[in-house]
Amino acid sequence: MSGRIRSDERSSTMGYLKEHWFWWAVTLGALTPLALLGWRAANGDLGVDPVNTINNLSGRAAMIVLLLSLACTPLNTIFGLRRALTVRKSLGLIAFVYASLHLVNFIGLDYGFDFGLIFQDAVLDKPYILAGGAALLILIPLAITSTRGWMKRLGRNLKRLHRLVYAAGVLVVLHFLWQAKAAEREEPLIYAGVLALLLLVRTPPVRRWLVAHRTRLVGPKLPRVQTMPQTKPIKQSGD
Amino acid sequence: MVKIAPAEITPEHVFLNRRQFMAAAGVTAGSLALAACSPATLSNTSAPAADAEPALTRALGAEKLPEALSLAEPTASKSQDELGDPLNQFQEITNYNNFYEFSTNKEAVASEAAGFNPYPWQVQVTGLVNNPLVLDLDDIYKRYTQEERIYRLRCVEAWSMVIPWVGFPISALLKDADPKSDAKYVRFVTVYRPDEMRGQRSSVLEWPYQEGLRLDEAMHPLAILGTGMYGKPLTNQQGAPIRLVVPWKYGFKSIKLVVTIELTDSIPATTWNDAAPNEYGFYANVNPEVNHPRWSQASERRIGESGRRDTLMFNGYAEEVASLYAGMDLSGNF
Repeated sequence: MSGRIRSDERSSTMGYLKEHWFWWAVTLGALTPLALLGWRAANGDLGVDPVNTINNLSGRAAMIVLLLSLACTPLNTIFGLRRALTVRKSLGLIAFVYASLHLVNFIGLDYGFDFGLIFQDAVLDKPYILAGGAALLILIPLAITSTRGWMKRLGRNLKRLHRLVYAAGVLVVLHFLWQAKAAEREEPLIYAGVLALLLLVRTPPVRRWLVAHRTRLVGPKLPRVQTMPQTKPIKQSGD
Repeated sequence: MVKIAPAEITPEHVFLNRRQFMAAAGVTAGSLALAACSPATLSNTSAPAADAEPALTRALGAEKLPEALSLAEPTASKSQDELGDPLNQFQEITNYNNFYEFSTNKEAVASEAAGFNPYPWQVQVTGLVNNPLVLDLDDIYKRYTQEERIYRLRCVEAWSMVIPWVGFPISALLKDADPKSDAKYVRFVTVYRPDEMRGQRSSVLEWPYQEGLRLDEAMHPLAILGTGMYGKPLTNQQGAPIRLVVPWKYGFKSIKLVVTIELTDSIPATTWNDAAPNEYGFYANVNPEVNHPRWSQASERRIGESGRRDTLMFNGYAEEVASLYAGMDLSGNF
């Protein structure tokens, strides 16, 4: 990715920042929780139950960042915020980083790499673990194929493959919802609502309706949104 | 019209209560050495089955109370429980609390509860009793010998701690109240002060929190009302000034800030059971073989440790309490 950015680089740093400030702001913003977690870990400040602290922080960050990555395309479709498309991949990869940390914490710190116990205790008895595990399994090929080489190699199949992120989103919300106490379903239900909305605006009738209304209000500034922007390679967005 | 004595509402009352608590506990430290390790004394209190007595003595933990109760430093008579596992640190125990009256965030409860002033405090023992009681803390400290009990606490969320409580068997208090013959259950109710506890202004649970035990469970010598921990009075985040501690049941049974103890003839409603009846039963005995609908209860994470340890039947108190449930379907009565 850095190679691509450099290729776009203007002669001056100012020009570069002017072009890419949004990508950097969003990317660094999404990585801030990770930096804070690292800082707290380095200072032995992870609380009474570090396993739980890392678990909650990484899980919540993965959920939110994944939803943000799913929001990029509709933000462009509905509001014409084309910049959003530039951060879609970055956010998707960062969500994968948080999800991986979540898993490593679960396997290593929580279960002490006792795979027998994990299988018996977690996989067989905790349905929410299965949902979370399946979501991460889905994210792995999506992360791997996010390189330029794979994007070229897969061509149009990349788009099909990356539609699996919708399934991952649903599984992650289920994962969060299933582990929550009855009294504490508010937060996962908020994420479920956001995800439902993000998926709903992708359905062709809703998308057509939204685009038509947007166009009537602000004029047809962005004709290309009609061609389903999520199908476009990211590099077009930096035009 | 009844006038409230100024002493009852002055801040000195708080101060006095704490002082009296420490004094009472200090004075009794010597006699406790006898009380806690003597099966005869325990038999007088609750008459456990004869064959359970050695195990009971083992499970009771401390042989004597720490003598320096008035010291600032947390003090316990032992550094481990009867299974050889170390006590959790004072800092861990007082900064990881499930106490929804203050916050649903376990690590935020301590600061949320810091400004709470529970005093003056009274506990009423009511319902199907021949001798209803209204006790203030002074009465409680004077009447009931405060003992140290080193117990494991197993949360239904699958984490656990080892805690050196200070308290007294509920059976002593119930005997004073003299339950009527038709009393079968004991209902416990937390104080309701939504102005002072912001969790009680939310709808996260039905307030006030209430819990219940079968009368024979409450009469068991392992079931105590806790008043202190590590030789010091309970902290607010632990449910000061008085709470239930039932070590063989999941932590949510051990209700905090108890104001009402009511003897009933029918099974009392309990807060978490009302909130999710399929997830939290009335009995809530620690049982590695009966899973929570959403996760396994076969293992647990001891706070301060990495990795997991096996959860023990009745939280390791099976020898003492299993007879309470002889012939019962523990899966159906979870």
